[in-house]
Amino acid sequence: MNVIIIDYGAGNIQSIQFAFQRLGINAKLSNSIEEILSADKVIFPGVGEASQAMQMLKKSKLDLIIPTLKQDVLGICLGMQLLCKHTEEGNTKGLGVFDVDVKRFSSAVKVPHMGWNTIQNLQSGLLKNIPEESYMYSVHSYYASIGKQTIARSQYDLEFSAALQSDNFYGVQFHPEKSSKDGAQLLQNFLNL
Amino acid sequence: MLAKRIIPCLDIKNGRTVKGVNFLNLRDAGDPVALAKQYAENGADELVFLDISATLESRSTTIDMVRNVAEHIDIPFTVGGGVSTKDGVELLLKSGADKVGVNSAAIKRPELVNELSKAFGNQCIVVAIDAKQVDGKWLVHLAGGTIPTDLDLFEWAKEVETRGAGEILFTSMNNDGVKTGFANSALAQLSETVNIPIIASGGAGTIQHFVDVFTEGKADAALAASVFHFGEIAINDLKQELQSNKINIRL
Repeated sequence: MNVIIIDYGAGNIQSIQFAFQRLGINAKLSNSIEEILSADKVIFPGVGEASQAMQMLKKSKLDLIIPTLKQDVLGICLGMQLLCKHTEEGNTKGLGVFDVDVKRFSSAVKVPHMGWNTIQNLQSGLLKNIPEESYMYSVHSYYASIGKQTIARSQYDLEFSAALQSDNFYGVQFHPEKSSKDGAQLLQNFLNL
Repeated sequence: MLAKRIIPCLDIKNGRTVKGVNFLNLRDAGDPVALAKQYAENGADELVFLDISATLESRSTTIDMVRNVAEHIDIPFTVGGGVSTKDGVELLLKSGADKVGVNSAAIKRPELVNELSKAFGNQCIVVAIDAKQVDGKWLVHLAGGTIPTDLDLFEWAKEVETRGAGEILFTSMNNDGVKTGFANSALAQLSETVNIPIIASGGAGTIQHFVDVFTEGKADAALAASVFHFGEIAINDLKQELQSNKINIRL
């Protein structure tokens, strides 16, 4: 299977590649539009800060390509947030695939939300064989609101979208590549979709 | 609900794991990759690698080890020790580290924290602080705890938060290696001072010490080395006991 991890800047995307390697899949890092268009599955990871990440996408015209992809796409962390309508981080317009906004956690809680938190209301093939209340590892200061496309919820400061789906587009706020066995199950589910 | 984290710390020197008693007198406790894998399987929530040779002897953290760990384990890990430049941090992150710890370099040039959080996001920048209580005042120390500064722990913590640190790893040098419990009152004060997660380090000797650091110390995570490396406390047992004390953990 031809899995491409979109490589558009600095950050820890090596770990995603290693996670697929543990599943026996040689995922490739690429920023080539041609390679991304011809992939079976596309991973859209998150790196750094939203407005800078969006600038890097625009520079390589990936902002125009990503929303048109027909194969299964999995946005991870900031990748998921950039697929939303808008994010408060750097007041950045998103790619608009997911019909929710991204906001900053309030100062009533420690920010970033860092560590292992449970996910609930699991509603997609992406989350098959993952029990309710499983722990996933997250680290983020902004969250996607709950909407019609929410397929998993989590609670910190308030209830937010732990995962979203719109047709062939999937997004997870947590890091499946760092979430032990349940995270590996999610990546395997994504390959099986 | 967000779980409290248990973090084994692997002090690294020449690619091997060591643990100092009060930072000196090193004892060998094994191969870092094998230990990391074992800890991940036994329920550790996260790992910290501190390259202690890096600061004391100006050795760079081994990128090969970082890649090797990232390849084999599926929980997050932080690498610290002698990290002093943006390029150095980028190399660690690209090699598979989830977070990078800075300590002395941030004290010498605090703007480094701003630069790193701007470039890589505050979520991956951990500021490690070694402090010692002297005449009632918590003073920050440099270079693996060997050189005292005039900096107050709480003022410094507030400053690094403002500059963009995503997390603080506070080691109490009074408690480190002596296994009589964590510095809970300083930790609780630290949690009230800043609004970013605090990893408590220094002093773990018994399971009760971990219960105390989460209740009295209000820590978000607890780090220890020798009690885990030498099998004095099994992480599974520790987590069961924490759960029976109504502390939310990942089992």
